[in-house]
Amino acid sequence: MPEEDKKRAAHRALVDRVLNVEGRTSAQQRAQAFGNASMPPPLGTLISKVATSPAQVTDADFAAAKAAGFTEDQLFELVIAAAVGQSARLYEAGLAALAEATGHGEGR
Amino acid sequence: MRLDILNRGYRPGTKVLFAVIRVFSGHPVPDAAKLVFYRPGFYGDRAKTFTHEAMRGPSAWSVADRELMAAFVSKVNESEFCISAHTATAGQAYQDGAKVQAVLTDLDSAPVEDGLRATLRMLGKLTREGTVSAGDMRDVLAAGVSRQQVEDALAVCAAFNTTDRLADAFGFELLSPEGFESGAKYLLKRGYR
Repeated sequence: MPEEDKKRAAHRALVDRVLNVEGRTSAQQRAQAFGNASMPPPLGTLISKVATSPAQVTDADFAAAKAAGFTEDQLFELVIAAAVGQSARLYEAGLAALAEATGHGEGR
Repeated sequence: MRLDILNRGYRPGTKVLFAVIRVFSGHPVPDAAKLVFYRPGFYGDRAKTFTHEAMRGPSAWSVADRELMAAFVSKVNESEFCISAHTATAGQAYQDGAKVQAVLTDLDSAPVEDGLRATLRMLGKLTREGTVSAGDMRDVLAAGVSRQQVEDALAVCAAFNTTDRLADAFGFELLSPEGFESGAKYLLKRGYR
């Protein structure tokens, strides 16, 4: 397997695990966090910050999500899903621009 | 860290390992290292594999170049822990801390090759704006960077956009300068596995 594919395969394996392994949140909840889909506050506030302005996350964001009934293990999973999701979109956007620039298809 | 489970929720064997590392390194285990030991089947195992592949797997970019990309992406994300950690690691890898600081201060005037400069500029735009154009990629390729190198740089970018977010969301505690230098030495010796 070419090395570039090893990197991408390792990334796909990470995404697959975070989205699909059995956890303390449903696959649907993780997919929403991964996609930074609009979710009601306070969870939506935390997830949106993780995706778009992670340096702005505060203790209060976690406290509010916990007060709304989310456990620490659930927040662990959803924050990771949000971080991996945003990164995956950047990776895909970069690869798509590269494919367009070089006239290569993406489906390698 | 902001979740108690990430401070205290480790298995007994892992806690012993952390204590051993603390004794032998003279520094507490960095939160970045702790995170991947918490329920590793959810995130840590596969995150380590991907990050190691991106940062230490075969590439025309040197380890130093890739650590500089990690520091640069972290700077764009304003992720203090990761800026410090990878500034230290890139500085040791190049044996030139001033070069790394110059890149983080002003990429345009920093003493790096045009290909690396163009690549960093593209990674910065992608991280900041969430998108880049085919024209942006043509600029990188025109600076002498191969298609494969662009792909490799995008893998570094993906790995550190994840780690930066987790560092800031979970609230990784900053280390002393000596702690970051010690961590950098470890990362250059052992990588991310």
